[in-house]
Amino acid sequence: MIKIIKNFIKRILNQLFKKRGHIKLGIYGPPNSGKTTLANRICKDWLGEEMGAVSKIPHETREVQVKEKITIKFKNKELSFKLIDTPGITTRIDYEDFLKYKISEKKAKERAKEATRGIIEAIKWLEDMDCVIVVLDATENPYSQVNITIIGNLAARKIPVLIVANKIDLKKAKIKKVEAAFPQYDVVGVSAEYGNNMEEFYESLYRLVK
Amino acid sequence: MLTLQFVPYDEIEDLNSDQRIRKLLRMVKDEKIVLMQGRLKPEEETNLIETTMGGINRTFKGIEMCTIYPEEKGIEILGKLRKGMAQFLVGHREGITIIGPANIIKEIRRDPNKIQLLTTIPSPRKRKSVKSKSVKKVKRRK
Repeated sequence: MIKIIKNFIKRILNQLFKKRGHIKLGIYGPPNSGKTTLANRICKDWLGEEMGAVSKIPHETREVQVKEKITIKFKNKELSFKLIDTPGITTRIDYEDFLKYKISEKKAKERAKEATRGIIEAIKWLEDMDCVIVVLDATENPYSQVNITIIGNLAARKIPVLIVANKIDLKKAKIKKVEAAFPQYDVVGVSAEYGNNMEEFYESLYRLVK
Repeated sequence: MLTLQFVPYDEIEDLNSDQRIRKLLRMVKDEKIVLMQGRLKPEEETNLIETTMGGINRTFKGIEMCTIYPEEKGIEILGKLRKGMAQFLVGHREGITIIGPANIIKEIRRDPNKIQLLTTIPSPRKRKSVKSKSVKKVKRRK
């Protein structure tokens, strides 16, 4: 009898441990909010390598990118997860918007086509996520429908969410506005590019995944 | 000419999610700005984005969308339960959803208390020339 109970506990613990090691942590948000910059920062901090290319041109990430295993050790705590960086979600894509960045019409059209495919792929991945970091540009108005739709969707699926107000190094950044827009969520302000406030971010991340 | 099409909730109530999305997108592709009573479910909103992305081409550049509904701040647990029950029985009738084609609606600026629809200006060059003409006239008068 004792043996059966022991095995049962062991199995549960094993499952828990296994699940922990394979937590799928997604990074979502609108285009150009700094999702890949944050993913790169996390990867650089804990793996010593970057995850993907970043650019000022929107929709630089047009495919879901996965880093299989990242282990962070922070303040005597350890956390392992699979990091999934997704293309920026938007409701409109016009290749002419890319022409402003001095790329050829052919490339702009290609980029637009790939971006639409990337958004569909990102939405499809939503249901697989265990936890999600929503990256918002703290210099932009947080009350956009895309932000509300992403966060509302995650709430409906009961997926834990951490909101990152990125680009706090910029003067126009307003973390309080982001906090006011989503009062029921944990909001942490960071500058993924310069690594500002990453300690608080990792603490919040640990709370999120726990 | 800008067309606003009102869609009462009764009109979409009996449709399934796919049918709702198709109906709304059909109107938007007809270059109408849809004012829908109530709102879509969160998963319908993401399906709407997904379907929109699948339909983007030379003429259709996507949509702009905005939902306004009464805030739940300050509502007690009992009130929330009542609201949840009402939603379950009669659907998401509260609030209003605005969906329009991206080639007409440039941007929807949303604050907690107001909404601004920024539509595309048909001929900004003409406007500029009008402005410069009026300046010249003033100079002549002087």
